[in-house]
Amino acid sequence: MSAPKQVATGDRAILPKGARTIPIFVMGKRYDVPETLTIMKAMEFAGFKFLRGAGCRGGICGACPTVYRKEGDYKLYFGLACQTVVEPNMFLAQIPFYPANRAQYDIETIEPLADVVHSLYPELFRCVACNNCTKACPMHVEVLDYVSAIKQGDLARAAKLSFDCIQCGMCASRCMGELPQYHIAQLVRRLFGKYIQPRAQHLQKRVGEIESGKYDAMLSGLEKMNHAELEKLYKEREREPDMVPLGTWMPKDVSHL
Amino acid sequence: MKVSYYPGCTLKTKAKHLEDSALASLAALGVDVRELPRWNCCGAVHSLADDDLIHHVAPVRDLVRAMDEGSDRLVTLCSMCYNSLARANLLMRNDEVKRKTINDFMTEENDYHGEVEVEHLITFLRDTLGWDNLRAKLKAPLTGMKIASYYGCTLVRPKDVAIEPASGRVINEFVEALGARAVDFGASTVCCGSYQVLAHPDSVTEVVGRIIQSATDAGADALILSCPLCEYNLVKNQEELLQKQKIARRLPVFYFSQLLAMALGLGPESYRPDMNDAASVEFLKSKNFPVGSTAIRP
Repeated sequence: MSAPKQVATGDRAILPKGARTIPIFVMGKRYDVPETLTIMKAMEFAGFKFLRGAGCRGGICGACPTVYRKEGDYKLYFGLACQTVVEPNMFLAQIPFYPANRAQYDIETIEPLADVVHSLYPELFRCVACNNCTKACPMHVEVLDYVSAIKQGDLARAAKLSFDCIQCGMCASRCMGELPQYHIAQLVRRLFGKYIQPRAQHLQKRVGEIESGKYDAMLSGLEKMNHAELEKLYKEREREPDMVPLGTWMPKDVSHL
Repeated sequence: MKVSYYPGCTLKTKAKHLEDSALASLAALGVDVRELPRWNCCGAVHSLADDDLIHHVAPVRDLVRAMDEGSDRLVTLCSMCYNSLARANLLMRNDEVKRKTINDFMTEENDYHGEVEVEHLITFLRDTLGWDNLRAKLKAPLTGMKIASYYGCTLVRPKDVAIEPASGRVINEFVEALGARAVDFGASTVCCGSYQVLAHPDSVTEVVGRIIQSATDAGADALILSCPLCEYNLVKNQEELLQKQKIARRLPVFYFSQLLAMALGLGPESYRPDMNDAASVEFLKSKNFPVGSTAIRP
């Protein structure tokens, strides 16, 4: 059956007669919600209103981690409420925040060295490699592997392995060594981005051009145009053809390059 | 036979001279060992508590990684990693109940039953290459050097993981294969004090004094070892011991693999004297071994 059509709006959606619903349990209480919804929308359907614990609704901000079990299954599951579709007999709890120690540092003065990270976060060495962090990650980051890379002093590898982290904190919630994995990884990515990763030469060149005023005249010219002139300019703009092989097309006017 | 190499965390940071010298030597000897693409801490200390299985998970996970690579053997350089991995391996082979509990806990990994053999590089070299073959490949034999082999604890205790249970002299054989003279000394298997350096630093200084003086009395020019924690304790305490006249002179301390690289005629970028202490660097200079950049450790 297709997803139920919403027939009225208000505090709570009203389903058409015969729409298919499934039972879910939020903090132990049963709610019948339309199938195919995400956990977040299902909870809103059930009457919950998110003041915290909902952000981008696009699977990036890390505000809506949810821990759940399925009926008859001993395993814990983790997902983002805005990305995970409800299943019958899910037992859900929202964990929008989990306390984790965050070290204080001045990124301008610290060095990109393993010793620096190790002394800011000595609890790294409490890791017992149980891998609960990896199992808890809704983004499927190999958390244990990046923790190991940090202990081994390979900050570049750790920065890359942790790139998909959205700072939701589920790793820390499950850690028997009480590590704040996601804060440590953020420090490492900051060090990597600032000190280790090669600089983009073309970006520096372009910033230099902008700062030297190369584009000022062009911008002030645009600012002086009226609506009709802007529209004409936009419609008649030179456009790179679709699917043109890389590096083969050049605009006729190269004065901006 | 496929061999994986397990470095251990410290070899990637404080003990780069242990790893760099060993890998450069193996390359020069044409021995193919590959670092595990994924590995975690070895567990560092083997837990003896009967109900503390969680501390065996780290080494067992490394053994699973080696098994998944299709390796029969996992070679280590660090004594402590060797000990921790080898003991976890024995546990997984011999204790059916604990094996099942650990395998059941690690649902995300393949079950492990002790398929991989854990080996230290010294015995690996002896058994796969042989001392005679090693001798034949030396370009700068360490003739005239008198070397004390410090085994410490973790290579020889407990007996069922000892690298050479029969003779307990395998590092001495290694030293002689390099052309040096192996010096026997009473304290070669006395504990360096290990982690007690944190809680009881004075006791560690005292025992280090006994070890260093024992090797010096036996006529050693230098001492070799394969454990970063032993290295730390044995190097760090010498200046204080010398000032208190508990030892007659500073004794140079090297990793066994540094001597190997030197004897193979490799350069200082391989045996990394820049990571040794000043006394050890002076010793190398006196023996006309290039030391590259100056020592950075006091």
